[in-house]
Amino acid sequence: MEWEVVIGLEIHVQLTTKSKIFSGSSTAFGADANTQASAVDLAMPGTLPVLNEQAVKKAILFGLAIDADICRDSVFDRKNYFYPDLPKGYQTTQMDFPIVGAGIVEITLSDGSTRSVRVHHAHLEEDAGKSLHEDYQGMSGIDLNRAGTPLIEIVSEPDMRSAEEAVAYLRKIHSIVTYLGISDGDMSQGSLRCDANVSIRPKGQEEYGTRAELKNINSFRFVERAIKTEVLRQIELIEDGGKVRQETRLYDSDKNETRPMRSKEEANDYRYFPCPDLLPVHVEQSLINELMAQMPELPDAKRQRFETEFGLSAYDAALLTGERPVADYFEAVASSAGDAKLAANWVNGELSASLNRENLSITASPVTAEQLGGLIQRIRDNSISGKIAKQVFDALWNQEGDSADAIIDNKGLKQVSDSGAIGAMVDEVLAANPEQVEQFRGADEGKRKKMLGFFVGQIMKASKGQANPGVINSLLNEKLGG
Amino acid sequence: MSLDQNDIAKLARLARINIAETDTAELSQRIGDILNMVDAMQAVDTTNILPMANPHDAVQRLRADEVNETNQREHFQKIAPQTADGLYLVPQVIE
Repeated sequence: MEWEVVIGLEIHVQLTTKSKIFSGSSTAFGADANTQASAVDLAMPGTLPVLNEQAVKKAILFGLAIDADICRDSVFDRKNYFYPDLPKGYQTTQMDFPIVGAGIVEITLSDGSTRSVRVHHAHLEEDAGKSLHEDYQGMSGIDLNRAGTPLIEIVSEPDMRSAEEAVAYLRKIHSIVTYLGISDGDMSQGSLRCDANVSIRPKGQEEYGTRAELKNINSFRFVERAIKTEVLRQIELIEDGGKVRQETRLYDSDKNETRPMRSKEEANDYRYFPCPDLLPVHVEQSLINELMAQMPELPDAKRQRFETEFGLSAYDAALLTGERPVADYFEAVASSAGDAKLAANWVNGELSASLNRENLSITASPVTAEQLGGLIQRIRDNSISGKIAKQVFDALWNQEGDSADAIIDNKGLKQVSDSGAIGAMVDEVLAANPEQVEQFRGADEGKRKKMLGFFVGQIMKASKGQANPGVINSLLNEKLGG
Repeated sequence: MSLDQNDIAKLARLARINIAETDTAELSQRIGDILNMVDAMQAVDTTNILPMANPHDAVQRLRADEVNETNQREHFQKIAPQTADGLYLVPQVIE
């Protein structure tokens, strides 16, 4: 039987506020345990939440970016459950009136085709603390620094039909929230976390199959692997006559398998009700207008502009606009270099390869955009060849000089275009290879072109790559033709 | 609406409240009375009336995004039954 995969994602995004959603505690990552947990975060009796203005604004910005309706009077609710990293015994979240209503996200697949994924809604809520289960013999250690960190949870419709689409959607959400600057999007620190609802159904069937929920998948790569693994499990199960159970499963990346979480009895009876400690959040149209005016250029618009303004290929433009820091870096290189296509080649090529090799993000690049721009200028004005440029790039990478010009000067890498000096090298090479010269002169026009390469190579070698290839060619033609 | 003893036991479990079996009859009576009142309210026709999230005719005031809490861990942990390495220790929970 042919199966169709149905996937919906719930993505939790930590917002980059300085303080927590309901208290004035810091949200900085990596502080000593419980040093950023105030009386409100600890749910001390008598404390009351006061909502952070920036959390509201950032949530609205996200809504506007996906063309969603903004709920003008949204309401906070309590989701009740007991767990030690949730001191209040409930999570303050939004249920019936979330701040962001239905929206749309466009995704591009590797074959260049596009699809729309509907966002059901996105709501504001608080994060829980962290539980550490090892090292405390029979006890669990609780760190409440993260408790109360503002999140938006973005809930998609079950619109994705493959693991690839799910990853493309997750990447797009990552790209949107980082462009907006509302989250750092760092999955390794848990700033962006993803749960996937996965089910299968016979192709053509309208009705959805029973879904399993995969919890807390913490990298783009694992999202794809976890979903693929779960789909195979469900197909095998059903084809062997079994039934998928609606349950929460954990993905184990070491074993590449999903397994059921021990489900606590009645774990899903959350008994939501409106939070009496918080009034409805009223959003004025003037605030929406103000935020709309602050909206930065979003990934789709930037990609199109890169294609039309800079004449880049769709592929290059997509690579350069996936992450905002990369796009910003590229634009700085392009403006300093004066040649966008060369800038794109260097950023997507040499720079990207070097960053990947050392596992660095572009913001930590040892070569600045201005330095790379300066290097490209020297390629454009023929001061150096492409080959030497790579040497200069490596030197910049290793901090051997402040600028391409300084490195070219210090190392004496400037391209030699002086026909006297190159002429001498040409003569030398021709004299050292009389046989090849003879063969060349005897060959017909078609073969000569190929044979010329041998001489060019020899002269390049003699000049340590610094001779201007244009000058070599014209001198060679002149001298060999005679 | 009435609640039987099983409903009471389930609610108690969800709320982590220990209820003596001898109390369940009285409790189901009292909670049942509350639910009867809810039933009475639900009988009112509320077509075209927006649900009210809060009885106050006011909206949420927002605070500026500023850190104004300082570290008072030692102070808070004085009343904790057990701590280690700055963590609050609780009976082991593993999902």
